[in-house]
Amino acid sequence: MSDILVSEQSAAGASGRPAGRLLEVDDLRVEFRTRDGVAKVINGVTYHVDAGETLAVLGESGSGKSVTAQTIMGILDTPPGFVTGGQARFHGKDMLKMSFEERRRIRGEGIAMIFQDALSALNPVFTVGFQIAEQFRVRRGMSRSDAKKRAIEMLDQVKIPNAKGRFSNYPHQFSGGMRQRAMIAMSLALDPEVLIADEPTTALDVTVQAQIMDLLAELQRERQMGMILITHDLGVVADVADRIAVMYAGRIVEEADVYDLYAKPAHPYTLGLLNSIPRLDEKGQELRTIKGLPPNLMNIPPGCPFNPRCPMAQAVCREKLPPLLQIGAGRASACHFAEELVNRD
Amino acid sequence: MGRYLLRRLLQLVPVFIGTTFLIYWLVWAVPGDPFAGKCGERPCPPGFVAMMTEKFQLDQPLYVQYATYMKNLFQGDFGTTFGNRSINEIIATAYPNTLKLAVVALAIEAIIGLTAGVVTGLRRNGFLDNLVLISTLFLIALPIFVIGFVLQWVLGVQLNIVEPTVSSEMRLSELIVPGFVLGSISMAYIARVARTSISENRRSDYVRTAIAKGLPMRRVVGVHLLRNSLIPVVTLLGTDLGALMGGAIVTEGIFQINGIGRIVYRSIVTKESATVVSIVVILVLVYLLMNLLVDLLYAALDPRIRYE
Repeated sequence: MSDILVSEQSAAGASGRPAGRLLEVDDLRVEFRTRDGVAKVINGVTYHVDAGETLAVLGESGSGKSVTAQTIMGILDTPPGFVTGGQARFHGKDMLKMSFEERRRIRGEGIAMIFQDALSALNPVFTVGFQIAEQFRVRRGMSRSDAKKRAIEMLDQVKIPNAKGRFSNYPHQFSGGMRQRAMIAMSLALDPEVLIADEPTTALDVTVQAQIMDLLAELQRERQMGMILITHDLGVVADVADRIAVMYAGRIVEEADVYDLYAKPAHPYTLGLLNSIPRLDEKGQELRTIKGLPPNLMNIPPGCPFNPRCPMAQAVCREKLPPLLQIGAGRASACHFAEELVNRD
Repeated sequence: MGRYLLRRLLQLVPVFIGTTFLIYWLVWAVPGDPFAGKCGERPCPPGFVAMMTEKFQLDQPLYVQYATYMKNLFQGDFGTTFGNRSINEIIATAYPNTLKLAVVALAIEAIIGLTAGVVTGLRRNGFLDNLVLISTLFLIALPIFVIGFVLQWVLGVQLNIVEPTVSSEMRLSELIVPGFVLGSISMAYIARVARTSISENRRSDYVRTAIAKGLPMRRVVGVHLLRNSLIPVVTLLGTDLGALMGGAIVTEGIFQINGIGRIVYRSIVTKESATVVSIVVILVLVYLLMNLLVDLLYAALDPRIRYE
């Protein structure tokens, strides 16, 4: 620990003025109590997003990125999921302490969410138009015809051709890409300040993926929203995100500006993820993977949870859990050897 | 929706012809004397034999007989009993009673069953949930005549809250207990199906979306959750509607209701075959129409069926 500034505070805390943040998750802890035991799904997640910025939350399935988002939205299935600690602040107010009614008013208007699979996330027995117009009717008290007009405008904004005719179609009559566009229109209807997109392109064709990401990025810029983009796809992240938070076993293991992270990852897990992207110039060779499997969340190994899979693991990694430490401007890593990693070459 | 309706209507035609032909054939085309054992204990009166033979052309081949029978049927003529009473008239007096009882039973099933199902589906494993599970199991396990006699005896005879039997006026207040008895088993099934359906859909993605949209819980449950969960319940209610319209032999018997079920029972006991055939044919038609109604309701609830 020589020439790199190491602060004992967590990354978000160190960057100051927590009260001014738009959305801030602070040391959040969630566990799932099941018949087989208690799974510690979120173990102290801290991140924030400000207006006009896109934070990408990256991680494998089971790393806790979606559960964090569900906790923010207040749609965590309880039971089995229980929040055991931490805060989720919106404009400085902890939503986890709010009443159902207070939280409900934030949903849609303050924070909205796009789900992965639009086919199951949209109600199959109502028209797409109804599901968008419903929000104007219920939340804004608009008349049926005004709500319909606004809903058609929304469909138009997400570039659905023939929005007027599509209004009265059912979700199963839309193609996958159009359905995700409708989902986006629905989530943006009440003009939210924060948009959480939970793997918005995972269920789509590659060509459609790019269109949807472009659309999301465009809408985010136009509306100056804060966006949390949850994904496991490093390719998706590069174009859109400003900052990236990498999650592993319910913790943030690295947080950095998107360029810094791609150029010099400060955590062996991030490095592994970057190395596992197939490359054209290495054609014919075996794909590189991170060996081993993510830990069992009911029995997380002592020390650093990544140590059994880590190529750099030392004795200290098996004993001491590395905290998420500031390692430079806007950068944080939870690795005992962060500086060695960054200073390579 | 129009094309869907047309297709379903056309599907009814072969089913109706097939079932009615089968019934007709079983009763009238048996080898030997078609009148053997058809008029109770005694041989059929010669007048009845002559009239039926002429009217239904029983000396002709089977297909002619059946065609004649269907022709009469569609002209609204169901024939006469061997005592020369018009079967039309018998049906006309009995059917309204059966309908009234069926409507009361269906309302009880739908209201109590659905409410119990929705409430317990939303809050599983609570006291109420266990109460509903146990009481519905109890109802399902008991034969309907036991429920009928017990309620008649306890409420009608011992406590004297209601009349033990239903008068010929068929007042609504008199029909509640028989309606409950008739609907009890289906009510239990509806409660259980609704409970499962609600609690499964409660965890579905679209309900999560509805909550994430910031809709009030009332609307999430009342609009998004209920509409989807009603689909299996409607199927159950619909098949039951057909059965209820067919009369309730046991319930009508216990509470002395002069309905179609009792007529069928009496006609079978007294071996009035002409009456049995006519009523069964009507019941087939009613059953088919009720099924059609369910299918239409089904399509109205779930657009994926309409556009298949």
